[in-house]
Amino acid sequence: MVDTGMDKAVIRAEAVRLLAGFQAAGAQVVEADILQPAGTLLDLYGEDIRARAYVTQDPVMGEAMLRPDFTVPVVQMHMNGGAEPARYAYMGEVFRAQEEATHRASEYFQVGYELFERDNPAAADAEVFSVVSQALDGLGLRAATGDMGLLLAAVKGLKTTERRRAALLRHIWRPRRFRALMDRFSGRAEMPAGRAELLAQDDPMACDAPMIGLRTRAEIAERVETLRQDMEAAPISSQEVELLDDLLALRETTENVLEHLRDIAVDMPAIAAAVDRMEARAEALSARGVDMSKLDFEGSYGRTSMEYYDGFVFGFYAETRPDLPPVATGGRYDALTRVLGNGAGGIEHAENREIPAIGGVIRPELTLILAQSQQSAVGAPS
Amino acid sequence: MSIKLGVPSKGRLMEKTFEWFGARGVTLARTGSDREYAAAVEGIDGVELVLLSAGEIPRELAAGRIHLGVTGSDLVREKLGLWEDKVAELALMGFGHADLIIAVPKVWVDVNTLDDLDAVAAAFRAKHGFRLRIATKYHRLIRDHLRDHGVADYQLVDSQGATEGTVKNETAEAIADITSTGETLRANHLKILSGAPVHKSQATLFKSRKANWDGGNRERLGALVERLGLGG
Repeated sequence: MVDTGMDKAVIRAEAVRLLAGFQAAGAQVVEADILQPAGTLLDLYGEDIRARAYVTQDPVMGEAMLRPDFTVPVVQMHMNGGAEPARYAYMGEVFRAQEEATHRASEYFQVGYELFERDNPAAADAEVFSVVSQALDGLGLRAATGDMGLLLAAVKGLKTTERRRAALLRHIWRPRRFRALMDRFSGRAEMPAGRAELLAQDDPMACDAPMIGLRTRAEIAERVETLRQDMEAAPISSQEVELLDDLLALRETTENVLEHLRDIAVDMPAIAAAVDRMEARAEALSARGVDMSKLDFEGSYGRTSMEYYDGFVFGFYAETRPDLPPVATGGRYDALTRVLGNGAGGIEHAENREIPAIGGVIRPELTLILAQSQQSAVGAPS
Repeated sequence: MSIKLGVPSKGRLMEKTFEWFGARGVTLARTGSDREYAAAVEGIDGVELVLLSAGEIPRELAAGRIHLGVTGSDLVREKLGLWEDKVAELALMGFGHADLIIAVPKVWVDVNTLDDLDAVAAAFRAKHGFRLRIATKYHRLIRDHLRDHGVADYQLVDSQGATEGTVKNETAEAIADITSTGETLRANHLKILSGAPVHKSQATLFKSRKANWDGGNRERLGALVERLGLGG
């Protein structure tokens, strides 16, 4: 557990100060239960969340989780009848089990700002980024940004089968798995063991074992047919693979990236609309005084974070303190409202209701640590 | 003062452990009646024998209530987060071999690898409206393994026994369990996914990093390690 030696009351006071800033930006303060029903979060994040969250057992409500973040309960609250556009602010503890990084806190404060708005996503992105950025003013942080929407558009535009695109989209937040699939679909890696042998049989469905379990014979036959079609599908061209690699490897200022992206878009027209959106966002950010010749953009940024970000993503980092986690993070999560509106099904099956949304959170104990070290640096004899 | 050695309290694991120590000049024996959990150590001084359930030995080692313990390497990895910070392996004992594996119905001709399992999990969820269920008691090991291999859209359901029967009973679609011969799996119409097992387990002598090693215990351990021929 991280021992900042900091009194919780002091952290709470800092959280209150940050919350007041979000309120002044027009947000309505909301609360969320600490105990959240586990089912919703498990369906959203998958079983992995068990390793990262505290699961507890209630004799009546069943499995419950200590809230790992505020976004899900705030979205649910909004979907149950919030007016639009809506701005919410909140503060409180979140709980993250740190099995593999015990030096990180397992319980810490977050102060957040969420904006639900349909008409002008670029302006909404810029608003949340700059509200968070202003709250961190003077701490000397580096901002990193990315755009999951760009990656999603690039994958959706690949010239390959619908199933391959769906498989890639499903794993876009798992970079290693995504890479393995890309290698296979482009013919750079072998098919999984046993697949060719299975399809070479006269009757692949022939089996001496009885049918057991819920998965039906029809489902098995359907997948065998899918495998056959996949085997016959042409590989994704090396040109497309290279363009996607270029996109993922981007790491420049937003200004330079935009120029580079227009070049890529010539060969990859599928991303043109996403590049337009990025450009509109850059303009909206500039209008709020953010310097595009300084703001970093990383093509892969946001891929390893929580699975629901699907557009603009950002984080603020203390470069002098690489030991600290990001001081603030945030992003756009349009699909989350669809998933939560539809119950189970995963992000890739969500189709119905959508309320475009973006939010960001700050960790007040980190802003305090940084502010204090700045003061002591100023106060130190030269 | 003495150092406490935790050993499984019954069955083959206990017998094999006694044999292993005996072959190295340290005699472990139960004393009193068949039902009394009392035991003695001969051939070395300052070592006290504690008979425990194999499943509790990891916890006792992590708490430092025993200094040494014999249990399956699978149980230590499953029950202790960051196990290497809490215990150290002194000797792989060469018995109690078992593989932790993932198995699916044999009739799933389309599934051989984790890759297939992942694709099937996605299709299953879309079709049935819930995440594909894997019955196991090895939650941590299986979850870590599936995460490392990028498998999604599954859920682990707890099964403390008769796990191989859960698929036929339709309380799970696949299972993850320990097997040595695979016979029970075959009898229940299941097949093991290809590739390396999730973990290759065997009986292991562990040392607690959390126990009190002062007051002559370090020297007692040194003597025992030398007697057992584990010095290097």
